[in-house]
Amino acid sequence: MSETSWPLFEVFVRPKRGLSHVHAGSLHAPDAQMALRNGRDLYTRRQEGVSIWVVASEDITASSPDERDSFFDPAADKVYRHPTFYEVPEDVEYL
Amino acid sequence: MSAPDAAPAAVAGARKPGLPDARTLHTRYLLSLGDDALIYAQRLGEWLTHAPQIEEDMALGNVGLDLLGQARSLLTRAGEVEDAHPRRDEDALAMLRDEREFRNVHLVERPRGDFGQEMARMLWFASYQYELYTALLGSADATLAGVAQKAVKEVAYHRDHATQWVLRLGDGTPESHARVQAGLEAVHPYVQELGEDFDAARWASEQGVGVLPSSLAASVNAYVGEVLEGATLVMPDEPRWHARGGREGVHSGAMGLLLAELQHIARSHPGATW
Repeated sequence: MSETSWPLFEVFVRPKRGLSHVHAGSLHAPDAQMALRNGRDLYTRRQEGVSIWVVASEDITASSPDERDSFFDPAADKVYRHPTFYEVPEDVEYL
Repeated sequence: MSAPDAAPAAVAGARKPGLPDARTLHTRYLLSLGDDALIYAQRLGEWLTHAPQIEEDMALGNVGLDLLGQARSLLTRAGEVEDAHPRRDEDALAMLRDEREFRNVHLVERPRGDFGQEMARMLWFASYQYELYTALLGSADATLAGVAQKAVKEVAYHRDHATQWVLRLGDGTPESHARVQAGLEAVHPYVQELGEDFDAARWASEQGVGVLPSSLAASVNAYVGEVLEGATLVMPDEPRWHARGGREGVHSGAMGLLLAELQHIARSHPGATW
């Protein structure tokens, strides 16, 4: 069986309740159900997660590096978009 | 003895003549379970770098490591129950016993076949272990019950892994279907031994420590049968012969080679650590 015969999937792991799924890496699998199991074996071996999502890599539409200037640079000088004028209470953990 | 009719009464309830004492039978029961796990862990380790994809190397390695963990707990417990002088720990039992002292079934020592055959073997073995550990949750041996509680979740995953693959291979291409069907035929003569009772298991069952393998067979067969049906595969016919003797230490040629690989470092360098 050749190395390219299985499609690529992206794996997202949620480390604990209340947090969101974070991209953990990618893997090959014959289908989504097997990708879920491979994801469990590869990315949650050390109790890293309580939930896994997998999505076929080909289904992801990504921004291109060529578009970086027009996509992201215009936000650089818009200081008023940051909520820096508010006091954040000390015991708010995930903000 | 002057009162011949009194003698049988004195041993009433005991087993047939010549049967070992309770400590020995308890030890042997634990060794049977531990050796199944240890030897299959060793076989599964052989798949690293040989599985169809690196992801599957990892999956089979994980299953093997789960089994190795079960073997460690079971062999440690066997050493405690045996209480030899000096006591044998998990390493002594795994590395310093000879072939005839291992009590695993033949299914787990069989040489590695193709991937389809491995999934057939894992489907049977994990289904058996799932029923076994489920039954052992209520064991009178608290350590064994504890091992079962942890292991039953692990083997549920092993069983699912094999199930997912058998479904896909069976209902996949003509090639994958033929190969997994051939794998099922190849392992079938080794399946019956999983459900065969032996002296130590009879003792363990009577004492509430263990369970009769024969009491698990119907559930195991039902589960595997359901998977095969879903996978468009057929349960092989009753084989003309079947493996036996593993529980009494009678093994195949493959076992010696496996043990040589497993044990040679520990025996060449006694007590070595790193």
